[in-house]
Amino acid sequence: MDIIVCIKQIFDLGQIMVDTATKHPITEGVARKISDFDKNALEEALRIKEKHGGTVLALIGGAKEAAKEALSMGADEAVIYSADSDSLGTATILAEIIHKIKYDLILCGEASIDEFSFQIGPRLAETLGIPVLTYVREMELKDNEVVVERNLENRYEVAKARLPALVTVAKEINEPRIPTLLQILDASKKTITEVSPAKPAAGVETLSILAIEMKRKEVILKDTENLARVIISEKS
Amino acid sequence: MIFTFSEDYETAIEILAKGREIADSLRLELAAISIIKHDDIANTYIFCGADKVYSIDSELHADIVVDCLFSLINQHKPEILLIGGTRLGKEIAPRIAQKFGAGCVTDCVDFSLEHEKLMVKRFVLGGRFIAAQRFLRNPQIITVPPRRFGKKLDTARTGEIIKTSAKLAEPRVQVLEIKDKSSQMLRIEEADIIVSAGRGVKKKEDLVLIESLAKALGGVVGCSRSVAADLKWLPDEHWVGLSGHKVKPKLYIAIGISGQVQHIAGIRDAKTIIAINSDPNAPIFKACDYGIVGDLYEIVPKLIEILQ
Ligand SMILES: Cc1cc2nc3c(=O)[nH]c(=O)nc-3n(C[C@H](O)[C@H](O)[C@H](O)COP(=O)(O)OP(=O)(O)OC[C@H]3O[C@@H](n4cnc5c(N)ncnc54)[C@H](O)[C@@H]3O)c2cc1C
Ligand SMILES: Nc1ncnc2c1ncn2[C@@H]1O[C@H](COP(=O)(O)O)[C@@H](O)[C@H]1O
Repeated sequence: MDIIVCIKQIFDLGQIMVDTATKHPITEGVARKISDFDKNALEEALRIKEKHGGTVLALIGGAKEAAKEALSMGADEAVIYSADSDSLGTATILAEIIHKIKYDLILCGEASIDEFSFQIGPRLAETLGIPVLTYVREMELKDNEVVVERNLENRYEVAKARLPALVTVAKEINEPRIPTLLQILDASKKTITEVSPAKPAAGVETLSILAIEMKRKEVILKDTENLARVIISEKS
Repeated sequence: MIFTFSEDYETAIEILAKGREIADSLRLELAAISIIKHDDIANTYIFCGADKVYSIDSELHADIVVDCLFSLINQHKPEILLIGGTRLGKEIAPRIAQKFGAGCVTDCVDFSLEHEKLMVKRFVLGGRFIAAQRFLRNPQIITVPPRRFGKKLDTARTGEIIKTSAKLAEPRVQVLEIKDKSSQMLRIEEADIIVSAGRGVKKKEDLVLIESLAKALGGVVGCSRSVAADLKWLPDEHWVGLSGHKVKPKLYIAIGISGQVQHIAGIRDAKTIIAINSDPNAPIFKACDYGIVGDLYEIVPKLIEILQ
């Protein structure tokens, strides 16, 4: 079972400040980390490998530090590239890299926590011409098939597809492991390959990113009677 | 031409109302695509704004929807495709976009036209920022969150219904079983008053406090992710926030909720936000209209008593 996990390195969103004059996000000096759900995707890949054997390759839009983290968690090798495109461009790049790799299964997060666009998994599967199973909270491999439980609005759906397939995972699928010191040391022996794909065509352009202004009153009330009065007047 | 599609009836007519506005401004035709077994809603789609309805009698399955839309887009070359932002919608929109080498903007919360070009906005960076985006080519594919925009109904409208069939390949994903989450689905997006519980509530049984307050106010119970996803005390439909439901009540009361950005991202459109929290430094106090610093176990029972 050869698994590719697509991982995006993002800014630690809590550390992003707002430039008060321009309302732009300030990202200089902000630490970066692996997008939350992608850690769940990697964890799931590692569990499958532990059960069925095979390899786990981390395909990372981001820098070496993210690769080191993925390798410490247990990925066998990492491929990194420096990411800077819209969803169309990113899916195109990932597909181009994956075309040269042998795989049975691809795992993505259902969404990256900075963009939260839910796009890359479905787009990538479409380009590669393989089935896609989205919003997965449980998965299992059986005889060349993947069986999953998907979390949809008002129902859970049990579904299956033949391999090779692409699965996008939800946060609830597992609890990602924290690497031990030994694993961190061990990771330095593993290979990180850096690739530089050509800049792909984009589908959308971003004109501006501005902080949302919170215009709230921020009145602190002293006692419950006052609170009750406010509630009564605000509810009608 | 503008195409609209949503498998969810309510969302389908919401995006038709939005589609109608854009179609009128850009002088385009508006066509709803309906994929359903035994269709009898095509007429409603016309009343709700469509000039045409392409009605396909088929099972609803992501692979099938992608095939149907793909072939209709190839035939009619629409400029814009509006898709209801349900979970199915957010899977198929990027798949179709990829087939056409096109852009896609999911969870679009605002539309405007600048020099006859569509500009859309969506929340980014954990919901604290809003990005304005424009498409570089057609089709311009957009998903619209359910319950975001209003509906319009005009029973005098007329239009054309075209029954069509699509030649479909065998779906690659096979559905084996469907487990309903609950028969009584809460639609928290539609609530006027929401009383929400966070980790400050110590035990599952204590949720009774929150429920009683909600009941006293004629509202519904919401919660933070911790309560829904980590503790599993309440089902997902109560979960408010970036990865839960985005709500827009008249009154939102956050009880024992710290007010992390991802929670706030779900309540930005609330008219009034009230917070009850024992920590005076909790970020929720910077994001509320009225706040009270104190123990929810003292304040909430007293509040219920006064309100009753
Ligand atoms: C990708 C991503 C998506 C996320 N999406 C969401 C989302 O959609 N919705 C969401 O809610 N969160 C979301 N989160 C999680 C979010 O960051 C917070 O972890 C979460 O909102 C915290 O929940 P809480 O406020 O209930 O708990 P805590 O942060 O633990 O806060 C508990 C609060 O209760 C107060 N308290 C304790 N005891 C009392 C008492 N007796 N009386 C009064 N107050 C008391 C404390 O002072 C504290 O402020 C997301 C996180 C990530 C990374
Ligand atoms: N630049 C990237 N490099 C590698 N994987 C990515 C990248 N962007 C997104 N992904 C994957 O696609 C998922 C969904 O991302 P998004 O469509 O941005 O919400 C993420 O959870 C990752 O698994």
